[in-house]
Parts: sequence; structure tokens; C-alpha cells
Amino acid sequence: MKIEFKLFEHLGKFLIMIRRMFSRPARWEMYWRELFRQMNDIGVGSAFIVLLVSIFIGAVTAVQTAYQLYGTPFVPSSYIGLIVRNTIIFELAPTFTALILAGKVGSNLASELGSMRVTEQIDALEIMGVNTESYLIATRIIAAVITIPVLVAIAAYSGIMGGYIATSLSSNYSTEDYVRGIRMLFDPFDVQLMFIKSFTFSFIVSSISCYMGYYVKGGSVEIGKASTQAVVYSCIFVLLADYVIASLLL
Amino acid sequence: MIEISNITKSFGEQRVLTDVSTVFEAGKTNLVIGISGSGKTVLMKIMTGLMTPDTGKVHFNGRDFFALSRNDQKNLRREIGMLFQGSALFDSMTVEENVMLPLNMFSNATKKEKLDRVNFCLERVNLAGANKKFPGEISGGMKKRVGIARAIVLNPKYLFCDEPNSGLDPRTSIVIDDLIIEITREFNMTTIINTHDMNSVMEIGEKIIFLYKGVKDWEGDKSQILDVTDENLNSFIFASDFLKDARDALKEKIARNK
Repeated sequence: MKIEFKLFEHLGKFLIMIRRMFSRPARWEMYWRELFRQMNDIGVGSAFIVLLVSIFIGAVTAVQTAYQLYGTPFVPSSYIGLIVRNTIIFELAPTFTALILAGKVGSNLASELGSMRVTEQIDALEIMGVNTESYLIATRIIAAVITIPVLVAIAAYSGIMGGYIATSLSSNYSTEDYVRGIRMLFDPFDVQLMFIKSFTFSFIVSSISCYMGYYVKGGSVEIGKASTQAVVYSCIFVLLADYVIASLLL
Repeated sequence: MIEISNITKSFGEQRVLTDVSTVFEAGKTNLVIGISGSGKTVLMKIMTGLMTPDTGKVHFNGRDFFALSRNDQKNLRREIGMLFQGSALFDSMTVEENVMLPLNMFSNATKKEKLDRVNFCLERVNLAGANKKFPGEISGGMKKRVGIARAIVLNPKYLFCDEPNSGLDPRTSIVIDDLIIEITREFNMTTIINTHDMNSVMEIGEKIIFLYKGVKDWEGDKSQILDVTDENLNSFIFASDFLKDARDALKEKIARNK
């Protein structure tokens, strides 16, 4: 009963936070500036790690797919490219990127807002008459929803390129087969699905992390806990949403 | 003028404030004193609208804060300046950007006008030339002064200071106290200060209310402090033998002068 009550309390506070985000800003210029600062932090700041991880994920997926198909007479080697492409576009690019960003961006958002709360910076803005949900949270969520899908697209491209590099380093398979596989049976809906997932995941990661940080009470220990919880809950809800989207749209 | 009436606040089972009423007048430094946990900060958070009381009202020149719409509350808040205990400066911004933030948010002035206003406020708190420093590069006393500059940049009618002297050496505390009292008189603000600092009580306490376990236990001014009979207040203000001796010596001196 107590757990259910807590759950509804969190849900209610979360929905109130989201509703309050949609108020007219006192000065658009300040909000734009904050939005671009966040887009830079979230998007540009995460590009390198996303790029690096996705290249290796693509390469490993290609090597392991090739290993499993090795010696199979009825499956042409071009299917390596097909499997790598579909695995990356369907699952690895959106989900893996979201999980990476839950760790990097999610913990950063929660700890930044948590520190602002604990050091009374949020109270200072409130007393100035600033709508903090709009200025601090909406800008971060919008920045995440704009930049994370771009990162996912980069991850998809670099993952497929990682597979290409792995194939080119292998003497068993040709890059021509890999490229033929990538082009085989392509359905544009796959990319749509990737973007649907990435928009959903970016909202989940950023909103949960902002919620955890914004409502921190206490000191540095609580900021640490909020940061950890932001990552854990973001990952859980990303995986849950992944399943729901796959079930509904495939 | 700020009038609070019958403010009561509880957190769960714990009653923090009970039926607190008083009037804080404009142009005066009004002190709220009390031991840690007596409800001073909660009272200040209620007065600034950061917390809602269970019962009671807060009137700013006749306007009932909690009866206003959310938008009107925000507009009223623009008449409030607050100095926080930890200064609450934005670490990623310079001193100039910190002080300019309220102007950037709410003022239609040109960039030059804003900069002039920021420089005026920084000069007023004796921080001219510190514009480009970051909060991490300045001392605790300077942070408090930047906090004051930011609090007064929009010409507020009401100034709240939460423990302005905490963590400061006695000399810097006097500087901050002097600054607050000068600004209060210069701009005819209603200033409310939460403090533990006995020097502040004796120097700038034009009106003092003493909270004890969430109840207003005493109300008066600094001239009445020496003769106070309230046991709780006496044990709070003259907690050490040194302060008791100082009180007795001061009383003797006053008696001799009479």
C-alpha cells in the first residue's frame, strides 16, 4: 500500500512538473540561450562516446554474425550486412545510445539540477519570479529530444560503417558482399521506427533525470542517490518502452 | 510593509511554526532570531512563497500572497530580493552575469543600461572591478556581497536575508550588516533578516522577533534586549559567560551614565 502510494505520488509530481513546463517564458532570448547551451552539452558533448561505442558495436556485430554464419551453405555471406544493418537500426543504435546517454547525460542532468536545488540556486530563480520548470527542465528535455535522435542517426551510420571496417579487415568475407547486404530488402519504415524509438527514449531519459534532480532534498549523498536512480530508472523505462514500441509497431 | 498573521506549519507529525503573527515595517531592519530548528528558515520560505503555510496569511502591502494567482505571485516576487545563506550564485556565470540575470529575465532595458545598473549595484556593495570573476574565485564575504547586489538589482521593495553572516569572520560580518542597513534606508525597503549573530542583534535590530520552538516568544527592539526577562531569550542571547559579563558591564555603564 505504501509503495503504491509512493508510486502515485511520484507520478503526480512528475505530471505536474511536465504541465508547468508549458508556460510562456518571461524572455524568449534567455530560454533560447539555455536551450542551445544544453544542446551543445547533450549533443556535441556526447557525440564522441556515441561514435566510438557504435563503431565497435557494429564491428563486433559483424564479426559475430559472420562467425555464426561461417560454413552455412544455404545463407549467402551478404546476409552479414543485412543482419548488421537491421540489428543496428532496429535495436542497437536507438537502445544502446539511449542506455549510454542514460549513464552520461542522465546522471549529469540529475546531479546538475540536484546541486542547484541543494545550493538554493533553484530557490533563487523562483524568488526572481522565473518559472524554473520551464527555464531549467523544458530547455533540457527539448534539447535532448532534438539532439539524441541526431546522435542515434550518427550511431546507426557509424555502426554500419564499423561493420564495414570489420569486414574489410577479415579475409573470409568481402566488403562487396557486406555492401550488397546493407542494400538488400531495405524498408524505410525501419528508419522511421528507429526515430520513433529515439524520440521516445530521449524524452524518457531526460525527463526522468530532470525529475530526479529537481526534487532532490538533502545534501551530497542525496544528489549521488538521485543521480544513480536517474540512470537506473531511465534504463528500466527505456527497455520497457523498447518492448512496448516493438510490440505495437512490428 | 509585510504583515504575517497566524502562520502555522507542520511537516507530518512535527509542528514547526505555531500561530506566528507580526508586522515588518518598511525602511527598517527586521530580525528574526532563534536557535537552530526554531522555524526561522521555514518562516522565511513561507514569506517568500517557497513554502505554503498550513494556515495563516502573508500580506505584502495589503496583497495576500497566497490568494494571488500563480502569475500574480510571480509578478509580486519580482519585488522581492533575497540573499541566501550560501549566496546561491550560479557557478557557471561570472559575477557580472549573476547580477545581470534578473535584468536579462525581466527588464526591457538596453544592454548598456543593464550593464550600468550592474556596475552601480556592484559599486554599491564595494565590488567594482570584480565583474569578470567567477564565484569559485572569490571569498565567502565577496559572494555574500554579490548576492546582495543581485538581490537589489531590480530595485526590490522587500529584501530577505537568510543568515547573512554565517561562515564569515566578525569584521566581514560587520561590513555585511552595515551594507544591509544602508541599503534598507537608502531604498526604503522592508528588510527581514534571519540571524544567529549577536553582534547583528545588538547593532542592527530595529525590530526583533524571537522564535522559540516555532512560537513567537518575544518581540521588541535592540534597546530592550538588555532588560529582557524572557528566560528563553536570555539563555539564547547571553548563552556564554563572556556575553553575560558583557551585558552586565554594559548595564553598569548605562546606569553610571544616567
